[in-house]
Amino acid sequence: MSFINYSAKEINCKVVYYGPGLCGKTTNLNFVHKKMKPDSRGKMISLATETERTLFFDFLPLALGEIRGFKTRFHLYTVPGQIFYDASRKLILKGVDGIVFVADSQVERMDANMESFDNMKSNLVEHGYSLDKVPYVIQYNKRDISNCVPVAEMKKVLNVDGVPDFEACATEGAGVFETLKGVIKLVLAELRKGA
Amino acid sequence: MFDEESREISDTIGRLLKEANAKSVYLVDKDGQLIASSGETSNIDSTSLASLTAGNIAATGGLAKLIGEKEFSILFHEGEKDNIHISIAGERVILVVIFDERSSLGLVRLRVKKANEALTRCIENILKKMSSGKAKENLLEEISDEDIEKLFQ
Repeated sequence: MSFINYSAKEINCKVVYYGPGLCGKTTNLNFVHKKMKPDSRGKMISLATETERTLFFDFLPLALGEIRGFKTRFHLYTVPGQIFYDASRKLILKGVDGIVFVADSQVERMDANMESFDNMKSNLVEHGYSLDKVPYVIQYNKRDISNCVPVAEMKKVLNVDGVPDFEACATEGAGVFETLKGVIKLVLAELRKGA
Repeated sequence: MFDEESREISDTIGRLLKEANAKSVYLVDKDGQLIASSGETSNIDSTSLASLTAGNIAATGGLAKLIGEKEFSILFHEGEKDNIHISIAGERVILVVIFDERSSLGLVRLRVKKANEALTRCIENILKKMSSGKAKENLLEEISDEDIEKLFQ
């Protein structure tokens, strides 16, 4: 849930990167962290295992500038993608304002993409949210890989709602900011709608 | 958050800081947003503190449900020099007190309990105001596509 502090003139929103294990959620955040000016980003926190798999979450706070005198702050989180971390994944969705679903474009990960997408839907329902209400975008990541599934096919399976979607290669940064911008636009538009 | 409640919250945590002899006090939303802070806060990254505290409360909340409890309302972490006392106020916000040997767990617990009552009342007022729609003003209606576009320039 967005947090508007009228006293400090701040709008705070929470964006969660969701998707199957090793699809590139943390890589997205790392790239944003690397490219943002130091004065507009805070410290990135990664709660990861020794093998750099996300254990609980990654967290990156961004301050994007002002809207009508209100400072806008976005807190980006990733969930742990591995199936057995579902309890933690559910916790991170609490209070979410917008979601980036990161899909892995490799043929052999299509089942994992679908499984993760369904898992996201059911975890949202447990918090009393639903995908018709929470703004989300889809990112088709790893487009540079040779055995990737055609975008049209991925769209057919994952983007049934026709939400904004983006092709990306998060290791090099292609599409990372387009995706972030896409979700932030939806979140702010949703805030306006709720007003 | 509104001016009136914001002042009341600042007063309450300022008082808690003094009475509990603490180093710093933070009030954090359960979703990980910092609401207010008091004391020696300049050398601590408060945004990180807020999100980690909320994650901590969420994780222990999950544990509580596993064993059939509603939630664990108090967490305490003991360090070599500094300690952290975390508690839930008004079911909605998290009160974080950082203290060292100049205070004690007993004193902190006692003062936190008192502050919790005041904070709970305050949070209830905010929630009441929010549900009456007073909060929304017309700030958000006025956000234009251009405003949103400008953020990315």
